[in-house]
Amino acid sequence: MYADVIIAGFGGQGVVLAGTLLAYAAMEHGLNVTFMPVYGPEMRGGTANCTVVLSDEEIGSPIIRRPQNVVALNRPSLEKFQLQLADGGTVVVNSSLADPALADSARIKVVGVPCNDIAEKVGNARMVNMVAMGAFVKATGALPLERLKQALSHVVPAHYGHLIPKNAEALQAGYDAA
Amino acid sequence: MSADGRIFVKGNEAVSMGAIDAGLKGYFGYPITPQNEIPEYMSLHLPKAGGAFVQAESEMAAINMVLGAAATGARAMTSSSSPGVSLMQESFSYMATSETPCVVVNMMRGGPGLGDINTSQGDYYQATRGGGHGDYRTPVLAPSTCQEAYDLTREAFDIAFRFRTPVMILGDAILGQMKEPITRGVPRPADPAESADWGLSGAKGREQRIFRSLFLAEGVLTAVNQRLRAKFEAMASLARCETFMTEDAELVVVSFGSIARIVKSSIRKLRARGLKVGLLRPITLFPFPAEAVAAVARQGKRLLTIEHNMGQMVDDVRLAVCGIADSAFHGTLSGTIPTPDEYEAAIEAALTGGSK
Repeated sequence: MYADVIIAGFGGQGVVLAGTLLAYAAMEHGLNVTFMPVYGPEMRGGTANCTVVLSDEEIGSPIIRRPQNVVALNRPSLEKFQLQLADGGTVVVNSSLADPALADSARIKVVGVPCNDIAEKVGNARMVNMVAMGAFVKATGALPLERLKQALSHVVPAHYGHLIPKNAEALQAGYDAA
Repeated sequence: MSADGRIFVKGNEAVSMGAIDAGLKGYFGYPITPQNEIPEYMSLHLPKAGGAFVQAESEMAAINMVLGAAATGARAMTSSSSPGVSLMQESFSYMATSETPCVVVNMMRGGPGLGDINTSQGDYYQATRGGGHGDYRTPVLAPSTCQEAYDLTREAFDIAFRFRTPVMILGDAILGQMKEPITRGVPRPADPAESADWGLSGAKGREQRIFRSLFLAEGVLTAVNQRLRAKFEAMASLARCETFMTEDAELVVVSFGSIARIVKSSIRKLRARGLKVGLLRPITLFPFPAEAVAAVARQGKRLLTIEHNMGQMVDDVRLAVCGIADSAFHGTLSGTIPTPDEYEAAIEAALTGGSK
């Protein structure tokens, strides 16, 4: 088993938390995993991305030039990273902020999910990242959704612990929408 | 923690845990990206483990605090990144001369100069040639995974005290920032006996001990250097490397640290296409595993050295195989992030004879 993904968006959309959640869930699933953030001087409003690699074998490079999967939380991320996506790869597009028609659906599989709208319906607009990750595991089968839900309590900071049930709801809503 | 006991940590955190579990008593440092998670972790966890965390006013202050703490026989360390490590070099030379054990972590970033905050292997020469002035060497360990960052940092303290020398952990921004699962071992306090016959513990009731690196009396410096030379030669026993798919390889890539794992991905892809390539990854950079490299060359395998610099370790590879073979070289410049695709192309070109 091998899967990799670049998760990208604006700083503040929770890209790093989304990647950390996926990576932690993969570890709990018994896999090897690497998580590599882009750690430049990004801040809220700038661009942010991270790369997660999952495998049941030893992982070589934590840096991926041509990913199998991309999660694009905004339009600049879709435009940039769909070009790197491997032929036949999957892009999960946050269709609230980026038109999935912008993706090259002849070459790659495009899964449009209105993450902002769904997050707002769940009751917290900031859970865009969770909606997207629910959609990601549905679209790719990379991990069972339950693993992500179980990992929440390990990666959500303690002072946001009361938001874990809502995060789990957002994961489920994204999964159901994909 | 996962069901199998693994924890999910950054390379910088793994280094910190390794040091604390090795009985670290004093951490002294000054912030610089991309290693700030080390002082961050130390500031929170080292005091709980019975040690002292000090954020110094500069890198020079930090390394001299390490010197002072280490001279008492305590396990002490600092960490920094390339420009900060340059500032510490004078004291490395003093510590190597006065035989003061310590661990120094360099999470390399782009250079030369202040460079950038991204990854690089530009400090290979500095790390393996002593770095400071004078005629000395220090052991250099180059982890490639977060687990190895933990394990080698623990071991670095044992080496430092066994040889009474500074030991460097040479990582880079990839290793420092990457998160991976690791298995943490059982903490073990330092053995007080390891410094009993030289530590500055208070001279009451015993002969005075002096740490010095200035020897003006006739013949004294020569005697010091004879002792140091014997020690540097004895360090040869530390040489270590990992080999990967080398048995039937026609071409073996020599690469270290984070770059070696990117190369490993490239090799897997090339192997899937039937190309016979392998990897030799030095784990110790000083001493360099010259015998293992030479053995590969003697089997008639061709060599390609890949580094994230303009060509530094390749000198050691060529010395190791001098008179037997040569090594081709492929380097990524600081400022560019290397990828498996880049190395796949470079290795294939070298295998088919297209490389310089």
